[in-house]
Amino acid sequence: MSTTTTSHHYTSTGLDNRKIAIWAFIGSECMLFASLISTYLVYKGRSPNGPFPHELWKDPSTGQIFKPILNIPVTSMSTFVLLMSSLAMVLALAAVENKNLPKRTVGEKILGSSKLWLAMTALLGATFLGFQAFEFTSFVHEGLTIKTNLFGSSFFTLTGFHGAHVTAGVIWLLTLLMIDFKRGLGPQDTISVDIAALYWHFVDVVWIAIFTLVYLIR
Amino acid sequence: MDTHTHLPEEIAHAAGDLKEHPTWSTYWKVALILTVITAVEVWVYYVPAFVASRLFVPFLLIMSALKFGIVVLFYMHIRYDHKLFRALFVGPLIVAMVTLLALLFLFGHLSFGHPGAIVR
Repeated sequence: MSTTTTSHHYTSTGLDNRKIAIWAFIGSECMLFASLISTYLVYKGRSPNGPFPHELWKDPSTGQIFKPILNIPVTSMSTFVLLMSSLAMVLALAAVENKNLPKRTVGEKILGSSKLWLAMTALLGATFLGFQAFEFTSFVHEGLTIKTNLFGSSFFTLTGFHGAHVTAGVIWLLTLLMIDFKRGLGPQDTISVDIAALYWHFVDVVWIAIFTLVYLIR
Repeated sequence: MDTHTHLPEEIAHAAGDLKEHPTWSTYWKVALILTVITAVEVWVYYVPAFVASRLFVPFLLIMSALKFGIVVLFYMHIRYDHKLFRALFVGPLIVAMVTLLALLFLFGHLSFGHPGAIVR
């Protein structure tokens, strides 16, 4: 009797239930982030006192004038980093799918290395989190906390939730990387990597919306 | 090495893949397009005349929607997947967008321009 077992989970639809679950989860996450973005937009421009995201503001106690608090160059860099992490993620998935194909040139070996691209994706995700930690710390030093005003409350809640999702994604990717080092990921693991990739790209598209609605639109 | 990604038939069926995935070169091109769009978005942010114009907000929203669509279509490969996955994503996305717009109308951030409406 063969000891080989398949780990595919079929449903009456003929589709893998893990993939149905991740799409359903992503659908529910769309509504979660829409509610957080709505809250930010509803409260936008309604804070009686600064700091403000796009306008100069005056400290009532000292009368000192301060610049708008958002740092667009830094956030643009972090946005670029997250976009590149999505590229690394699709390359990781493609490398897992094509693991069994022969790799003759150096370029093919690089493109076919799932470990490299998984590690790259996790590293870029961690870099994004580093940018966010820098931004949050500088905001606190400039006097903006979650309790300061409506902008602070809605901003930290929205971007904090997104950061928590990125953190979960980085942990997920590191777990896959550990499995890859331990036993190697191959075509049989395509769906496992695919659902992690879908989650990661979703986190990316949420940031695309946040970057425009929160940071760029005044 | 073939630059197309391949899935074993059984796994591809279970994953709901209906068409072949994009090539590696497509992934790189998509990344380049996303980078260029982001650079343009940030550039227009620093053009005072454009920021002051009525085109600024619609332009950014269109650019953002374009990036969103590109990532969903090519990186999340929704255009290559089973229609059930598409429905599971697009359905809640429509609900989310309608809720967002309804709240903005409700709290006076958007209006049809009738007298007495709060326009910010």
